[in-house]
Amino acid sequence: MTEQTIYELSSEGRQGVRFPASDVPEVKLPAGLVRENLPLPELSEADVVRHFIHLSSFNYGIDVGFYPLGSCTMKYNPKINEETARLAGFTGTHPLQPEITVQGNLALMYQLQEQIKEISGFAGMSLQPSAGAQGELVGVMIIRAYHRSRGDSKRIRMLIPDSAHGTNPASSAMSGFEVVPVPSDVRGNVDLAALKTVCDDTVAGLMLTNPNTLGLFDENVLEVIKTVHEAGGLVYGDGANMNALLGIARPGDLGIDVMHFNLHKTFSTPHGGGGPGSGPVGVAKHLVDFLPAPVVEIVEEGTDEIPPLYGLVDPKHTIGRVKAFHGQFGVLVRGFTYMRMLGCDGMRRVAEYAVLNANYLLSKLKDVYTLPYKRVCMHEFVVEGCWSDAPDVHALDIAKRLMDYKFHPPTNYFPLIVHEALMIEPTETESKQTLDAFAEVLLKIAEEAHTTPELLHEAPHDTPVGRLDEVKAAKELVLCCWLPEAN
Amino acid sequence: MFIPHSTKEKEEMLKSIGISKIEDLFDAIPKEHRFPKLNLPEGLTEMEALAELQEYADANETVRELACFLGAGAYNHYTPAAVDNLLRRGEFYTAYTPYQPEVSQGTLQAIFEFQSLIANLTGMEVANASHYDGATATAEAGVMAYHNFRGKRSKILYSEAIHPQYHAVLCSYLCGYEDINIVSGSSKNDPFASPDALIPQIDDDTALVLVQYPDFFGRVYDLTNLAAKVHEHGALLGVITNPTALGVLKSPGEFGADIVVGEGQPLGIPLSFGGPYLGFFATRKEYARKIAGRLVGETVDEKGRKGYVLTLTAREQHIRREKATSNICSNQGLITLAATIYLSLVGKSGFKQVSNLCYQKAHYAAEKLAALPGFILVNKDPFFHEFVLKCPKAVSEINEALLDEGILGGYDLGRDFPVLKDHMLIAVTEMNTREEIDALVESLAEVAHD
Repeated sequence: MTEQTIYELSSEGRQGVRFPASDVPEVKLPAGLVRENLPLPELSEADVVRHFIHLSSFNYGIDVGFYPLGSCTMKYNPKINEETARLAGFTGTHPLQPEITVQGNLALMYQLQEQIKEISGFAGMSLQPSAGAQGELVGVMIIRAYHRSRGDSKRIRMLIPDSAHGTNPASSAMSGFEVVPVPSDVRGNVDLAALKTVCDDTVAGLMLTNPNTLGLFDENVLEVIKTVHEAGGLVYGDGANMNALLGIARPGDLGIDVMHFNLHKTFSTPHGGGGPGSGPVGVAKHLVDFLPAPVVEIVEEGTDEIPPLYGLVDPKHTIGRVKAFHGQFGVLVRGFTYMRMLGCDGMRRVAEYAVLNANYLLSKLKDVYTLPYKRVCMHEFVVEGCWSDAPDVHALDIAKRLMDYKFHPPTNYFPLIVHEALMIEPTETESKQTLDAFAEVLLKIAEEAHTTPELLHEAPHDTPVGRLDEVKAAKELVLCCWLPEAN
Repeated sequence: MFIPHSTKEKEEMLKSIGISKIEDLFDAIPKEHRFPKLNLPEGLTEMEALAELQEYADANETVRELACFLGAGAYNHYTPAAVDNLLRRGEFYTAYTPYQPEVSQGTLQAIFEFQSLIANLTGMEVANASHYDGATATAEAGVMAYHNFRGKRSKILYSEAIHPQYHAVLCSYLCGYEDINIVSGSSKNDPFASPDALIPQIDDDTALVLVQYPDFFGRVYDLTNLAAKVHEHGALLGVITNPTALGVLKSPGEFGADIVVGEGQPLGIPLSFGGPYLGFFATRKEYARKIAGRLVGETVDEKGRKGYVLTLTAREQHIRREKATSNICSNQGLITLAATIYLSLVGKSGFKQVSNLCYQKAHYAAEKLAALPGFILVNKDPFFHEFVLKCPKAVSEINEALLDEGILGGYDLGRDFPVLKDHMLIAVTEMNTREEIDALVESLAEVAHD
């Protein structure tokens, strides 16, 4: 099943949407700057609608079925979020309007800042970062700014456990830090002894993913944080796995100094086929002045009758701007809607049931799939997707075979510290029936791996396309299509 | 909320795990910090949540009621109905990044089409799958140029007429590179210097020369001469552009740009208080392997069927780790889809029409305003759909008066450029009727009198 591109579907002279004729006297376009050739496709509205409906049918989303992609928190995305984010009172506001005309937006952002602070135990919050990776970059930039503000320029090393998220090393390098890996111990915790040997006065900080990418909560977390603090370093927390901690523990209480949150994971905003997300950053008291600009503050207290006046303010020693304007506002509205619906009790239930679902699924699979660390997991877990008595079968084959059974595969080959890793995160929004059906299929695939491995090697069988030639794609590098006459 | 478990199901699951209550799953959390009491409001039903959010929305004034003449990087355009209708397909918006291509061909082909549209529009050979916004795309252009010369060239020369917030983000992103110098082509006191004024400062230590077209003040210049001088020194020319202008005006590629970046918001994306928007990034094929961010490439499956995959992933953070030049992952997926649908719908003739309407109406407004006593049209050179008006009093004061007349006035340039106190940047698009423009002129005439 394939669909032609919009350029192939183009037919000269066709037009989808028309605009009113000009109602002002005509002036000439600037001489010497007029474009001769505008190579855009020409389609009718119906052509366009059918094209994109066809494309959508080649996709798998949470609305289609179970999507247990580890570390991505593919929970159900409530439809009400889509309605609130599209309220004309929000979508029709320009980012540079006078603040007095956008008090609704600013009040919402302020309340969102306050609520994430309460959930996480931090003293300050910026909603600027556009995604987890940018939030993480901001976190590292704040750590650098903090040390520099104290004249402490020798701290050039960033410690990163081998169970941390994949973006951590790149974010550190972008901020000029030297990356020092820290191994895990036999229980999947940060190896404390190893940590102590690398902690000295050149350490800027530690980037801690907790629960880590094995789905395990570090049993020595307080000791780990204390060790880094005693060496004068700061601890950055990777909030991608916050779904396991809502109402369970506050990262700020544990001693973490700075952390990003993913509204698109923990707070149910849709992943959009790869964005837009939102990665707010929270900080402890000593880092509040370094937050990226601007943050929303109350600039004039209200009274019983008059609401407070909100404004955009630059923190005193801000690391600066990391995007134009004020954050991915439409995503903030979605996340805030969800948080308001959960409320205090709902928040904790999310984490409880996310962890219950993961442990239940694990209990169904652990006799057949090797579990590298035999512990209670948090919101996700990692198993090995291979067997010594089925040597040709790999995690990738299992992932592809799952598509034949109409399930989205788990994350595979990550984390790197587990051989043939399958990283499974069911989330709290999945029912027992779905988990049972998924477990049953995974057990069946394990059996097929031993009896009819070719079924796995050839999978998937009935997706729009089969396994694609990635080497050809990288070698020939066809990245764009053009109108036929342009060739 | 959104948790389907019945009590009976919960009990069965606990039994399967071998524990008696959910709390037992959290023994690894330090006891003194376990189960904190959160001071949050009670949860709401959907009905109540919608009502509450509506209250926040109602507390704003919007471009629906106000005649909008505010631009400065975000523009009020018409979005055809089909755009949002298609965006609401759950198969698109509830999917993750297309890591599993067999079940993500919809997303992948749409991104491939987006890359094609951006390359065609900017006059470049390749484009990536997006950046967070125009400002971060600009910063990534700086990072790419630096790495292109393996750190051997340290100077990034920029025009003062680029968006001040893009400049700010460029500085934040590059402050981790001790050896990069971000150098202004003129001075804060001379923001109107033309692109050719940068030429004397280009040298063999220059990695990137960065200009904007149309620039922050709406002006358009032929960049051919600048491009030639940049290339004489072996440096790269980066151009920040507004896609709407490219419907009628020459593309940066035609002038010889090496990197073209910009904000895709004008392509059918709502203003939405500044985000989510869409950064685009296009370049020449020889630099394809140096682009940060995701790229989709065409290939075939085992049966020879055409398909699409994320390609050149070996450049990226999850593989190269600390050696990657950027930590960017996926970012504005659904917004690239919106822009792709928008450009497909308006197509060649519709896009040209939008572009021309913006140009015509802006020039009508500029001519009328220039005739007003007390106001001076500062732009002497050609401009697209924004222009600078020197006002007889403070812009904030004028805008306050305009608001009373139902008009959202232009951007106060004094906020970024002290020498441009009392200067207003006015944007006009296809959304502004002649009546609205006449009303603006009339209101400004009154304001000047008061």
